[in-house]
Order: sequence, then C-alpha cells, then structure tokens
Amino acid sequence: MAGKKTLTFVLMDPPFETPRSTTAIRLIDIAVQRGYDVNVFAYEGAVNLAFSRQTPHANAVHGRDVAEEGHPVPREWVAEIFKQAQRTGSKVDWVQCGLCVDERGAGEWISGPRRGSPADLVKFTETSDNTLVIPTR
Amino acid sequence: MAKKILQVVESAYRATIEEQDDTVVWLSNMMKGAGMNLDLLLVGGAVNYVIKNQDPSGLAIGDWKQAHPPELAQDLEKLIGKGSTVYLVEDDATVRGLERNDFIAGIKAIPRAGMAKLFDAYDQVWHW
Repeated sequence: MAGKKTLTFVLMDPPFETPRSTTAIRLIDIAVQRGYDVNVFAYEGAVNLAFSRQTPHANAVHGRDVAEEGHPVPREWVAEIFKQAQRTGSKVDWVQCGLCVDERGAGEWISGPRRGSPADLVKFTETSDNTLVIPTR
Repeated sequence: MAKKILQVVESAYRATIEEQDDTVVWLSNMMKGAGMNLDLLLVGGAVNYVIKNQDPSGLAIGDWKQAHPPELAQDLEKLIGKGSTVYLVEDDATVRGLERNDFIAGIKAIPRAGMAKLFDAYDQVWHW
C-alpha cells in the first residue's frame, strides 16, 4: 500500500474492568482491517489482555452453559487481530512491557505479542504517524 | 433476621461487554438467589441501565462475533422478579434526558436529596 501509515496504541487498562480495553481493541481491529501497520505497547494491567489462561465460564444468572454463553475473553480478540493482519497485510507489533509482566506474574500469553520495554515505545513513537494513548482513569 | 443491604452502583458499564452483564447487578442476582436481603440503587451513569430497548449487539473483532451482548435492563428485571427493589436517582436520569416512560417496569425513582433517608433504612450500604 503506497503511503502506508503506522499507528501506535498505548494501552494501560486491564481486561474485565472498564470499556476502554474493549474500545482500544476495536480501534486496533479497524486499523488492521484498513491495512495500517499497528504497534501496540501494553503497559501495566494491559499486559493481561493477551494472558493465555483466560477461561470462559458458564453463567447461572443468564441460564447458559459455557458453550451457550460464549463468554468473551480478550485473548481471543488479540488473536483475531493477528489473524486479521495476515489477511490484510498489516504488520502488528504488540509489545508486552516486561517489567509489568514480571510484577504480575503474567508471563504466559498467546502467540503474537512479544516481550519488550519502554525503549520499544520510544521506537514506536519515532516511527509512527501517530500515537494514541488510552490510559487508566 | 438477615441484614438488609443496599447495593449502590455508580461505576457504570464496567466490563459489561466482556462479562455480558454488569458485575454488581450479576452479583446481586446471585446473592439474592442465595437468600440475601438486598436492594439496588443506580447512581450517575448507571441510571441508563433501566432504559428499555437498549441494543449493544453487533460487536465483532476479526472473525469473532459476540453471541450474547449484555442485557442490563433484563438483568434488573430478573432482580426485581426475585423481590429486590431497584431505585435510581431521578436527578441523574433527568440530566441525561431519560424519561420515566423509557424505564422498565418496577423502577423506583428517588430524588438525590432522598438518598440519605434511603440509606438509613438499610443495615449496610455497599458503594460500587
């Protein structure tokens, strides 16, 4: 794609807390759909978005078993972003802040993201057309 | 006699997409089912939960599509059906342009000035 743009997203919220994580992933999804290259720096609680042990559960209040409930787990959304990038030709570089991972014991994540540091965010910022920070509030 | 608890929900739309419900409304449904004497008060943005015909369906990320979007009003109706009272702060609804005829049945609106009196009727008030 001529003039292909690169966007960097900085995420901070953990999954299963506020709508910001969902919104962030939706924005990344749209960027990848449109063929943009995307960098993600998962900072603090956001490193758990890709945590591989997230497990869907049944829901007694809804009256549905595990299969019927289709409980969303953000690791699936992250995986979808990488899958979609293969189709659209987008390059997705998702960096998990290493110190944030260590302090949470969150070292198990799905295929796709890689371990990194704020130095990666510096590179992302310098090489991107724009950076969007979605912080914790 | 069982303690009487008032659940005050103010952190609205917290994880409602991932959990497919509001976590405190869900917890209230579970605890009410387990025998707890509880009611619910919706404050701030959470007053929007009572609106009929909400439609948060259609979330899709890649090939993933949400099968069961949250049904916040229906979950409140379940709680009311179990015998809990669901209150909302009318002032918070008014400033958001929400009208009573848009509410699900059974919602009791109270003025903000009436919150202290309401709290006084409970053994414990849990603010979420």
